[in-house]
Order: sequence, then structure tokens, then C-alpha cells
Amino acid sequence: MASITTPNGFNLDDSGQRVVVDPVTRIEGHLRIEVNVDENNVIQNAVSTGNMWRGLEVILKGRDPRDAWAFVERICGVCTGVHAIQSVRCVEDALGIQIPTNANHIRNLMMLAQYTQDHLVHFYHLHALDWVDVVSALSADPKATSQLQQSISNWPKSSPGYFSDVQNKLKRFVESGQLGIFSNAYWGSPAYKLPPEANLMAVTHYLEALDFQKEIVKIHTVFGGRNPHPNWLVGGAPCSINMNDTGGVGALNMYWMNLVSDIITQSIQFVDQVYIPDLKAIASFYKDWGFGGGLSSKNVMSYGDFPRFANQFDNDSFMLPQGAILNGDLSTVYDVDPRDPEQVQEFVTHSWYDYPGDPNAGLHPWDGITEPKFELGPNAKGTKTKIEAHDENAKYSWLKAPRWRGNAMEVGPLARYIVAYARGNEEITEQVDGLLSDLDLPVTALFSTLGRTAARGLETSWAAHKMRTVFDEMMANIKAGDSATANMTKWEPETWPEDAKGVGYGEAPRGSLGHWIHIKDAKIENYQCVVPSTWNASPRDHQGNIGAYEAALLGTPMADPEQPLEILRTIHSFDPCLACATHVISPDGEELTSVKVR
Amino acid sequence: MAARETLYEVMRQHGITRRSFLKFCSLTAAGLGLGPEFAGKIAYALETKPRTPVIWLHGLECTCCTEAFIRSGNPLASDVVLSMISLDYDDTLMAAAGHQAEEILKQTIEKYDGEFILACEGNPPLNEDGVYCMTGGVPYLDKLKEMAAHCKAIVAWGSCASWGCVQAAKPNPTRAVPIHKVIKDKPIVKVPGCPPIPEVMTGVLTYMIAFDQLPELDRQGRPKMFYSQRLHDKCYRRPHFDAGQFVEEFDDEGAKKGYCLYKVGCKGPTTYNACSTVEWNDGLSWPVKSGHGCLGCAEDDFWDKGSFYSAIGKLDVAPTGAEATADQIGGVLAGAAAIGVAAHAAGSAISHMTRKQPEETQ
Repeated sequence: MASITTPNGFNLDDSGQRVVVDPVTRIEGHLRIEVNVDENNVIQNAVSTGNMWRGLEVILKGRDPRDAWAFVERICGVCTGVHAIQSVRCVEDALGIQIPTNANHIRNLMMLAQYTQDHLVHFYHLHALDWVDVVSALSADPKATSQLQQSISNWPKSSPGYFSDVQNKLKRFVESGQLGIFSNAYWGSPAYKLPPEANLMAVTHYLEALDFQKEIVKIHTVFGGRNPHPNWLVGGAPCSINMNDTGGVGALNMYWMNLVSDIITQSIQFVDQVYIPDLKAIASFYKDWGFGGGLSSKNVMSYGDFPRFANQFDNDSFMLPQGAILNGDLSTVYDVDPRDPEQVQEFVTHSWYDYPGDPNAGLHPWDGITEPKFELGPNAKGTKTKIEAHDENAKYSWLKAPRWRGNAMEVGPLARYIVAYARGNEEITEQVDGLLSDLDLPVTALFSTLGRTAARGLETSWAAHKMRTVFDEMMANIKAGDSATANMTKWEPETWPEDAKGVGYGEAPRGSLGHWIHIKDAKIENYQCVVPSTWNASPRDHQGNIGAYEAALLGTPMADPEQPLEILRTIHSFDPCLACATHVISPDGEELTSVKVR
Repeated sequence: MAARETLYEVMRQHGITRRSFLKFCSLTAAGLGLGPEFAGKIAYALETKPRTPVIWLHGLECTCCTEAFIRSGNPLASDVVLSMISLDYDDTLMAAAGHQAEEILKQTIEKYDGEFILACEGNPPLNEDGVYCMTGGVPYLDKLKEMAAHCKAIVAWGSCASWGCVQAAKPNPTRAVPIHKVIKDKPIVKVPGCPPIPEVMTGVLTYMIAFDQLPELDRQGRPKMFYSQRLHDKCYRRPHFDAGQFVEEFDDEGAKKGYCLYKVGCKGPTTYNACSTVEWNDGLSWPVKSGHGCLGCAEDDFWDKGSFYSAIGKLDVAPTGAEATADQIGGVLAGAAAIGVAAHAAGSAISHMTRKQPEETQ
């Protein structure tokens, strides 16, 4: 290859040293990243490989569509529920089921709680250690840490004694010689820029957030019985409301609603007093690190989600709008329609699959074909069971390459925020402008690794506050006399058409997610998912367009190629979820029946 | 490396008083369903032992087990990770990546050969030499075998590692298999559930650390302390079952009153787990309490036993009203449940549920 320019405008050069990061840790699932760095240790080529697949869509064939949510929920336990909700939506779409208003509120509350918890865990437990040096925290002055904390937030846990206790705990932990999850990492690397006090504050909040995150998901426990993997229901929500009648303690009543309300209050406090101030404090030390923009300044997309009104999936209803932006032109936002066969298509030229007709074709999920074809490329190094380096000019990933009207797109919190910003959403515009002004950064600073991480933080605050809005609307609806949570009129298969197709789509925390179903004779004839991390982590397509991960790594200087901190930073900023991304397969090369959705 | 400290020393250094430490020990004993006399034994064990290294590997899975683990309220996951075990490798939480991460596995074998606990989340696929799950350029299967050869014991987290779970549901395209199918020479503690209950996970792990022994297991390898009774046996809606009061469809009058979910598919009568006693998320609720039947997610092969919304056995036993005696209705339904399950010809659940006391026949 040596040096080329991709059709989507990125320069690739594979002549320098090859650096492999496998496993990429602090993510969901198994991901491999390979890069080439030049003589200045700047990344000039990037290769993203999905290392696993499980075949859930094939497993769904022939099953009861009402059961599908439980299967697909197990695509991912980190973003638990996100597949389940698209599954019940696609079945409801196919069968023409309208869900009650309360069920819409309950689903919104569950997904907003998921955003809040998932983003929080991502920031502190999956991403923070790319920016925060745990060992440096040992040399912090607890008094100065306290001053720092009090200068940025009203969070009550801020005394010098408190930070001193945490520091002593940490000291003993390190001195025990058993470093556990902090073993063999990159402590002391020149890439870490925070002063010891900021490190101590962040490590302290790492621990606080670990203890707090389990509170947020109790909203799932109230409505769905547990978390991870709460229960869902085609037609509405499985929990009933009984505010004031015999046996009310057996259903949702004031006790449970008060509990939910209290969790919402705590979540807003934690996000606004801990997460957001930490995000700003940490970002202020890394303002010079403007790398990792990749596709974000060019092509971004959102399917839209959080319908205010039950069963209405359009921008008049969505709290987060749908739309696509191409070539960085924020003045034009295209409408996205997952039903249109011309829009979402998947390519397999560089994926371990084969299309029987034209191997370079782009197929809509309706017409999806999945024939596995595992083969190492001619220039790959190693063997099938001991891979040293992949050949990106051949097939190199279990992920397909999804494209929107042929374009590689970035999805996720930053993409949603750019779309909402371009659509003129007031709440989000205000949030974004506020942050940029606080950090004294131009709007272009958004198109970066830090921008991605910042957008996720802002979105967490947005989601936590939105829970309050939805909660209040739900209480008002109950007060108005509506206590229905499920529409069971089309529960029995006898009421279904013989042949039906549907699509369920929305925004998971990591980005745009769609499920396409074909129901025939009351059984699942075919089921297809196109998920956020497949968009972002996609391999090259037939034209050589690179995906969001690969694009974002280019041009990034590494302090030490032996220590992949900079790669981790940028890849983590997408919050990879590989169990989600690698899902479609058929057994032994059997061709999947094509899916047609309308 | 400094000398390895005992768990008690570490906890003391973390500012935990002896009094709190002893309270922790009695709470742990109580949480495990053990008598107060065990508190002293736990305290002794924790005072004299260094933190046990735990290597947590991920195969084909969805990470719901790790997520469940960090939901534990008693003890908190942060305390388990910082004070009770030494979680030296876990793809999801560890700071190191790439070859620095893999280096830890080598170091563990060198330093703690035969001493560490191998915690397995997910399972290995066997088709195509295992290429459907690769980490560090090698099949997960190879990594699992290598670490298993040097570990002391294996904890099989969740239904993937214990039974195969969703990727092993028919037609099992990757030929994913549970851990015990590929590791034959090490003790394996199965902690099934999709995911398992958070406090059951931390309970099993702390029991092993505190007592330095495996928990007592049933015939299928599950800790008896958590998996020896059916959800149905301890379900708070059981009186409605016995009284013949059922939810006929979701959101009906019965649902609003919290009646029994048997007729809308609850698998509580055939599921061995602790949901109805320990409950979920700090004991807040559990599926049945929130209005949805049990999916049976801790049972082998639960994905292939028919719809989650079909009553066990699909026998429609009409409730005859509150005046019917509990024994009549309960007895009839329990019999019907047994027949229904037997019809599915699934080995384990039948033998368990038709036994009054599972441990008697072991």
C-alpha cells in the first residue's frame, strides 16, 4: 500500500512500525487495534478488528417474536436493555401494536437511567485511567485537593480529611504489592498531564462512582425486576400501576414511584456535582490534546430517540432528534429513514463474510446475507490461531461495514449532539455553548477525542434531568386517570397477520441501533440488527472508506509506541461494545433468508 | 514486591476498625446463611490470609456478569476489588491493555502457580479452531486452557460459563460450550444466572476466600447455599398460587393486585436460584415482584424450553376461587408443572423439581 488517500479523504501510510494492541481492555467484548507509526511516532495507518461473533440472529429464527427481546437483550449486558427495547418496538411495528402512554414513559425512564449509569461507568471506570494517573495521586496534598474540589463543585465530600483517608487507603493498596486492576499499567507516562491533586480527586470519584452507579439502575429494578437484564414486554411494560386500590402493594404505587423519584434526584446531584465538574477539570489540562476527530467533523448520524408521545417516532416527538450530516456541512441535516433500502447498507469486502453474487455489493438489512468466510489475508503475519498482524487489504474483521447512502458515519453521543446542535435543539445548544465558553474553546474543538468524551458527559446530565421531566409527565398522566401499562389486544398470535415486517430503531448510549424483523406464521422468519459499534468500529468498505475508529486514530502522536495510551484514549472515547457489534452469522455458511421490511 | 499481607491487615490499613471488621464477618456469615459461630471462623481466615489473586477471563459473553458483580451492595464491589481479592486480570476493568495486559497472565502463572482463582465469564466456541473468539491473537479456548492448568479452582460465572447460555441456544452456530466441557481436571463452581444475582457472586467468592474451600455443591456443581431451592418455594406470591389467584394476562386486575404469574409463563416452579430470597439490587425487587414471570435464566438450556410466556406444561388449570383449599389448587398445579416439564425431556430440572429435597438423592 505504502501511501494512499481514501475516498473519504484520509491519508494512509503503512510503511512505518506496526504496533498491535490486543486485547483492547476497558471495553465490552474483544477488539484488536493495529496501527503504523512514522519515525516521529505519529499514527499513519489504523486497522480495527472485531475479534468475536455469536450468531444471535440465527438463533432467533423460528422462535416466538414475543420472546425475542430476551434473546437480543443478551447481545450486551453493559448496554443492557438497549436491544430489548428495539426488539419490542420492531415486533410492535410489525404487528401494529400501540403501547399505552405510561409504557412509553416507563421505557423512556429506563433508557434514560441506562444512559446515565452507562455513561457514568464509562467515564470513570472504562475511560478515566487514560487521563488519570492513579500512582501520582499518592503524592497529592489532601488540603490542596480539598481546595480544588471545593473550587469546582458543591459536592459535600470535599474535606482534607476525606481525601487524606482515600489517599491512605490507596497508599496501603499500592504498598501491598498486589495492584490488582491497576497492575502493569502506564503510571508515570509523560502522556499524563494532571497534577497530583486532580489525580487524587479523580481516583476518589472513581471509587465513589463505582459505589453510586448501582443506585441509578434501581429504576430498572422497579419497572423491570432487576438489572442487568431487566424484563420487557411486547405491548407495553410488564409492571402494572395500582395507586389506590386493593392489593396496590403488588404493583407500582406511591412507594415505588417515590423510590424512583429519589433515585432521579440523587442521579442529578451526582452527575452535576461530580461528573461534570470532573470532566471540565480534567479537560482543562488536556486542551492541547486535540486529536481523535476522525469522522466527527465530516459524517455523523442519529436515528433519534426518546419519543415524548407514545408510538410517534419523528422529530416532533423525539427528545433527541434524528438526522445525518455529510462533509461537515452543519447547515444541511438529512432525514434518516431505517426503512429506506437506499439508506442503511452493509458491505463485507473486508469482513469475514462473503456475498454470493457481487462480493462488493451493499445490502440493506432486509436483504442481508451472511456467509462466514474466515481467511487471513495474503500479507497477514502468523497463523489462524496465532495472529501477529492482519492484512487490511484483505478481510480482517468479524464486523461488517455499515454505510449510510454509501458513507461511513460516526454515531454516538457526539454525533447526536452535533445533529441536535445543527437541528437547533435549544437545550443541547445551550449545554454545548456553555461548556465551550467555560473551557474557552471554539466549536471545532468538539471534533476530537475530548469532544466525544465531553458530549457524553453533557448527555449524561441531559438524561438525568430528562428523567425528572418524564417522571413528572408520568405522574400527571396517572393523576389524569390513566393507569394502563400494556396493550394486550394483539397479544395472541391468532390476532396477527400471517406475514408481517417491522423495524425498531433508536439511540443506544453508544449510537444508532436498528432491529429489523420478519414474522411469518407467528414465528420469526428473520431478524437483523445493525448496531452502534458496527458503525464506529467498521473495517474498510469496497471503496476503501475507513470507519470512525480507524479515522480517529490517524495523525495522533504517541509518547511511546510501547505504551498505547493515546490509542486507548481515542478508542475508549467511542465506548466500544464488541459483543453488540459482532452479531450476525449463519451456521456453516447457510444463507440467511432475506428480510424485507415495510 | 512487598510481602503479601493478610486481608485483615489490608482492611485495618484501610481504616476499618477491628469492631467493624468483626461486624463484617458476622454479616458475611449471615449473608451466606451460616450461623453466628461461623463469624469467628471467617475472622480467623481473613486475619491470616493474603488477598487471593483472581484472574477473570472473558469468552463469548455479553459482560452482564461483570456488570452484575459491580452491582453488589453487600459487600460493595469496590471493597471486594480493593480489600478482599486481588483482581489481577479482568479485561473490563483493568488499566493495562495489549501486551502489558497479557504479561500479567504470565506473571500470575510464575508467582501464583496453583494458588489463584480463575473466574470465567462467557464460554469458548469450538468451531473453526476457536477463531470466533480471539484475544491477543489467540483463541480464547487456548487462553482458558493455559490459565486453567495453573489455577487452584474455577468459578464459572453465569449461565454462559455454566451451561452455554444464549450463544449455545439452538442451533448453536459457533458450537459454544460451557467451561466444564473443556476443562476436566479442576474443580468448577457454577454460579448460573443470566446474570447471576450480584450478592450471590460476591457471596460465593468471599466464602471461598474466607473458608479457603469450595462451597458445598449440588450434583450439577452449583453452591447449595444459593441454588438448592426453587424460586417458587420462597416466592412471596405463593399464597396467591395456592389460593388459585392468577394473572390471566398482563396488566389485568390480577396483575394490579400482585397475583401469581404462573399462567403468564413464570418459570419459578422449575428454577433453582435465590431471587425470591436474596432479591436483586440490594434486595429491592426481583422479576416476579415487578410483575414479569421468571425466565428461568439460571437453568441449563432455558432458552430452548419453549416460550417465556407459556405456562409450564401449558395446562390450563382454572382457579376455582378463594374458597378452594390451598392444598387442592397448589397440589394440582404442582403436579401439572411436573408433568409439563417432564414433557420437555430436559434432564436436570425434572429430577430436581420432582424431588422434595434435592440434597436427599445426591
